[in-house]
Amino acid sequence: MDFSTFLWTTFAAFLTLATYSFLYKDNPFYKIAEHIVTGVAAGYFAILLWHNGLVPKLWFQRIDDGDWWWLWLNSSKPWYLIPAILGMLMWTRFSKKYQWVSRWPMALYIGISAGIAVPLEMSNRVNKQLYDTMADLNWANFFGQGTYAMFDTTSGLSQLLIVIGVVAALIYFFFSKAHTGLFGGVAKVGIWTLMIGFGASFGFTVMARISLFINRMQFLGGWGQEAFNASGTTPNPNYSAWYQVFFWLLALLVIGYAAYEIVKHLRSRKT
Amino acid sequence: MDIFEKLMKLDRRWVFLFLIAVCVVTYAADFEIPVLVEPEVEAIFNFVDTLPAGAAVMIPIDYDPGSLAELHPMTYAIVEQCWRKNLKVVFSALSQNAPGMADQAIRDISDSLKVEKEYNGVVYPPREIVNGVDYCFLGYKPYPAIIILSMGQNFRLPFPLDYYGTPLDSLPMMRDIQNYDDLACVIDISGTNATDYWISYGQGRYGFPLAIGVTGVSTAQYYPYYGSGQIFGIMGGMLGAAQYEQLADNPGLAKDGMRVQWSAHMMIIAFIVLGNVGYFVSRIRARRGERR
Repeated sequence: MDFSTFLWTTFAAFLTLATYSFLYKDNPFYKIAEHIVTGVAAGYFAILLWHNGLVPKLWFQRIDDGDWWWLWLNSSKPWYLIPAILGMLMWTRFSKKYQWVSRWPMALYIGISAGIAVPLEMSNRVNKQLYDTMADLNWANFFGQGTYAMFDTTSGLSQLLIVIGVVAALIYFFFSKAHTGLFGGVAKVGIWTLMIGFGASFGFTVMARISLFINRMQFLGGWGQEAFNASGTTPNPNYSAWYQVFFWLLALLVIGYAAYEIVKHLRSRKT
Repeated sequence: MDIFEKLMKLDRRWVFLFLIAVCVVTYAADFEIPVLVEPEVEAIFNFVDTLPAGAAVMIPIDYDPGSLAELHPMTYAIVEQCWRKNLKVVFSALSQNAPGMADQAIRDISDSLKVEKEYNGVVYPPREIVNGVDYCFLGYKPYPAIIILSMGQNFRLPFPLDYYGTPLDSLPMMRDIQNYDDLACVIDISGTNATDYWISYGQGRYGFPLAIGVTGVSTAQYYPYYGSGQIFGIMGGMLGAAQYEQLADNPGLAKDGMRVQWSAHMMIIAFIVLGNVGYFVSRIRARRGERR
C-alpha cells in the first residue's frame, strides 16, 4: 500500500470511528462523517448519470471556435430529442408560473410505469403466490425430507401451516366482526403467525447490523496491521513513520473530544 | 432501587458498550463456529457447480457500499467458483453506487485466480481472467425495471457499450449472448428493491432460472418466492454467504465473522431474557403493591 492509499484508508478508519461515536451521542465527528457520505454519494450519482445516461444518448461535442461547449443530438437516433425535452420540462418545477408543465413528463412516466407494472406485479407477486398457497397438499412428503425435514418448504406439513397462517392472519385484519369466540381464537392464531414472521425478520435484522460491525472490525484490523507492521515479523517495505504520526494525531483528536465530553458531563452533574 | 428496577432503567449505551466489547474479544479469539448449510443455499451452489464449462451466468451486483459487509462475500465466493469452473460471467450494476465497487471486486477476484488453489479436493490451475472473454461488465443504467425488461430483448438495447466503453459486439463472449435465453441463470446479489424487479420483470416476464442473495433485513420477505419456485435459491445475509463459502470450500470474510455473530446473538438473547425477567418481576411486584 502506498502512502496516498494509506492516507485515504486511514481517513476511512477515522470516518468509521466517527460514525460509531453516534452510539454515545450526536457529536461533530459524526456530523462530519454523515455530511461527507451524503455529499460523496450525491456527487458520485450525478456524475454517473451524466456519463452513463446523458452523454451516450445525447452526443456532446466541443466546437473548436473558442471556449464554448455545444450540445449536439446523436444524429443516428433523433427520437432521443423527445425524452430529452420531456426531461428538461421537469425543471419547470422550480418556476411557480410554469410548474404545471412538469406534469406532462410526470404523467407520461407514471402512465408507462403503471402500464408495465400492473400486469407483471399482479401475475408474479399476487397470482403466483396465491397459486402456491392453494396448492394440493403433498401427502407423499407430509413430514419433509433431508437434514432440515421440519423446515422443508415442499412438505405437506409446511403447506398446511402456510394455509392456516394465511387464513388466520387475514382474519386478524378483518375488523367488521368482533374478535370473540371461535373468530377471536382464529384471530389470535393470526397474530401469533404475524409475531413469528416479525421475529424472523428481527433475527435477520440483528444479524445484518452485527454483520456491518464485523465488516468494520475486519477493515480496522486490516488497516491496523498495515499501520503497525513496521516492527512485525513481516515488515512492510513501504512503511513510513508518517503512518503512525497520522494515526496518533487522529487518535489524539478523538480522545481529546471524548475527554471534553466527559468533563462537560461531570460538570453538568455537579450543577 | 433493586437489581430488577436497575435492569429496567439501564442506559442503552451500556448495552452498546458491552456488545462492542463482546464482538471485539470474540473477533480477536481464534475459534471456529460450525456452519450448517441450508438447502436454499445448496441449490445455488449445486446449480453453478453442475454447469458445463463455457456456460454463461449473469450476476447483477445491485448493492451499495452500505450492504457490502453481507453481500460482497457472496459475490466473491460465487464469481470465483464460476471462473474456476470456466464459466463466463455477465455483470451488471443496477444500484447507483455499485459500479465502482463491482469493478474493484472483479479485479480482486481476477487476481485470486492467478494462483493455483484446491477446492473440495479438486486442484484448479492458475488462470488469467480476460475482460470480454471470461466476463463482461455492463455497468449502470437508471430505472432497473426498464433495464431488466429491455435486457430480455437484447443486452445491447440498454447497454450498447460495456462499463469500460467497449461496444458489446466487439467482446468475444458477447457475440453468442443476445438476451436471457443465452444465459444458464441469473444470480442477483442485491441490497435494494432491484430483487423485486428481477422477480417480477425478469423471471416473471422471461422465465429464466433466478436465484438471489439478499441482506439479512430483507431475507424473510423473499422466502415466499422460494416456496413458490419463482427463485431456485436464496442466500440470506452474512450467514448465507458463510454457507456458500463453506460449500465452495473457500472460507472468506463471512465465515470469519460467524464466531462474532454467534457471540453477539448469544449476548443479545441474554439481554432480552434479562429485560423480560426485569419487566415481569417489576409487574408482579407492582400488582402485589396494589393489593396491599
